Amino acid sequence: MSAISVQQVSKHWAAARAVEDISFEAEAGAFVVLLGPSGCGKSTTLRLIAGLESVTSGRVLIGGVDVTALPPSKRRISMVFQSYALFPHLSVAENILFGLKVRKVAAAEQRLRLAKTAETLGLAQLLERKPSQLSGGQQQRVALGRAIIAETQVCLMDEPLSNLDAQLRHDMRREIRALQQALGVTMIYVTHDQTEAMSMADRVILLRAGRVEQDAAPADLYARPASVFAARFIGTPPMNIIALADGAQGAVIKGTQEGVVYRGPGGGMLLGVRPEDIQLVESGVAAKLEAIEYLGADSILVCKAGTETLIVRAQGKVARAPGTAVQLAWPREAMHIFEAASGARRDDVLVAAGVAA
Amino acid sequence: MNKYSVHIHGWLLLLPAAALLALFTHFPAVATLYHSFFSNPRKGREAAWVGLENYRVMIDDPVFWQSFANNLWFALGTIPLSIALALLMAVWVNGRIAGKAFLRIAFFTPTVLPMIAVANIWLFFYTPQYGLLEQLTSLAGLPSHNWLGSRDTALACLVVVTIWKEAGFFMIFYLAALQGMSPNLAEAAAIEGAGRWYFFRRVTFPLLMPTTLFVLVNAVINSFRLVDHIVVMTRGGPDNVTSLLLYYIYDVGFKFWDLAYASALTMVLLALLGLLAIGQFVFLDKRTHYQ
Repeated sequence: MSAISVQQVSKHWAAARAVEDISFEAEAGAFVVLLGPSGCGKSTTLRLIAGLESVTSGRVLIGGVDVTALPPSKRRISMVFQSYALFPHLSVAENILFGLKVRKVAAAEQRLRLAKTAETLGLAQLLERKPSQLSGGQQQRVALGRAIIAETQVCLMDEPLSNLDAQLRHDMRREIRALQQALGVTMIYVTHDQTEAMSMADRVILLRAGRVEQDAAPADLYARPASVFAARFIGTPPMNIIALADGAQGAVIKGTQEGVVYRGPGGGMLLGVRPEDIQLVESGVAAKLEAIEYLGADSILVCKAGTETLIVRAQGKVARAPGTAVQLAWPREAMHIFEAASGARRDDVLVAAGVAA
Repeated sequence: MNKYSVHIHGWLLLLPAAALLALFTHFPAVATLYHSFFSNPRKGREAAWVGLENYRVMIDDPVFWQSFANNLWFALGTIPLSIALALLMAVWVNGRIAGKAFLRIAFFTPTVLPMIAVANIWLFFYTPQYGLLEQLTSLAGLPSHNWLGSRDTALACLVVVTIWKEAGFFMIFYLAALQGMSPNLAEAAAIEGAGRWYFFRRVTFPLLMPTTLFVLVNAVINSFRLVDHIVVMTRGGPDNVTSLLLYYIYDVGFKFWDLAYASALTMVLLALLGLLAIGQFVFLDKRTHYQ
């Protein structure tokens, strides 16, 4: 197993700064997801690790070896592309064997490894077909096959599921995770889909505008987002970000007078509360119910308090009419405070207010 | 709209193109075939049915056979080289190099220039005494040589001009095909450790086969219908060594005014080209991967 270490890596194209001073570690055998909106530099970071792009500055280490100056073929990695990059004129078997043929692996071993790979991925019946005769999901498997037959210890994937339909994506998510664990490879996986990141990753590295926004385990990313950006990126529906103001007895929701959120100054601060942490109670923060969206297992309630909109996720069907007044409450530990100007997390505000330890 | 008016509508839309095609392509071809079975009409003597007489004359015509052989050599000299050169140039200007746009234009320029102008430029290159080639060779201290006037070099000179002209044209097709290929393929191969030559041999070239087939058919047809360069540069000489089939037809038809024999020669050329095209498609189509 090989660990990957990315150290202060930057990539600039003329004036554009695609990746700016990114550092992170991926332990051997870990499943690390690079997550972020489009244009955040996640694919570029992956290509820098693969060696398909050269770094402007910084170092990349794979298995303790500095590979920054090595070509892709010397980095002992495999890669799955978003477009799959299958060779359209070659059969499935030839596609999977491409790398072994390049490296002149003995024919007997080629056959052995092909059989094993084909069985793992359920491609045994399709080996003679051309890529154009396969469905999207099958093409995806061939691309996976080409990656795993190389038996490298590092596998890089660039949005491999984005061309599949929802059901297939769900199945492949589990399958890729299981495969990664069975083979024990170190995986760097690029996606813009937070569900993929949360469900598959050991660690999520959230990128924004070429920088690391947060580097944490999925549970930590959810429980303690480091910034407003991280808070809004994870969770469906995303976390409520509510502007606060100074009230008579402490911070209040902007546009209201009553219902103190915490004792302390509220101006210039943002309150983050996840929709699933808010409850409808007898007495709490007063709000007006504006709309209800019933989803089956739960309902999404859109409420207005002062100038701010709060999304509430309540279980089952809620028997309230839009337009009526509701009272909202949330546990102390579900509160996240951010600074409005910088977007940074400010736990110290809650500590000072005596809400958190 | 009922069924009949749909059909009438369709035929009416096809009519302009069909009429032009019939008038300028199909009718002349059939008329040529018809005339090739008659004697040449002269003043006071109507054309008479002679059957295959014109074709019999052809078999005994040494100039026809020489033109035919010249044409084969010419095709053999121009086709593989111009295609190989086109592919090389396309791969080159498709890569990451400085001055890419300039190179592309430079390679394509010979195609844009009028053929007569091109021929005149090359005529100057090959001119004895003060031509460009002569000036270079005399600088190197080599003896003077009449490139276009010598039996040994005249055809080769035409081959060079044609390669120079055709390669840029074919390059455009290869370049378009290369641009259509996903760069991910090359990257996937690079990760597997495939060298540039291996990747070209195993991936790029096979994926370019449809283009190669198209270019090949065009190259063959072009090599059998060259006439303008010969008119300007050699007029078939010296001693018929640069007389190619179409030029010979031109000579027979419009210099000797033997239209009947020219018709017969034309039919042979048409049949030859048809056979070659069909052969190429049948033979190569099976080995070609279409996207």
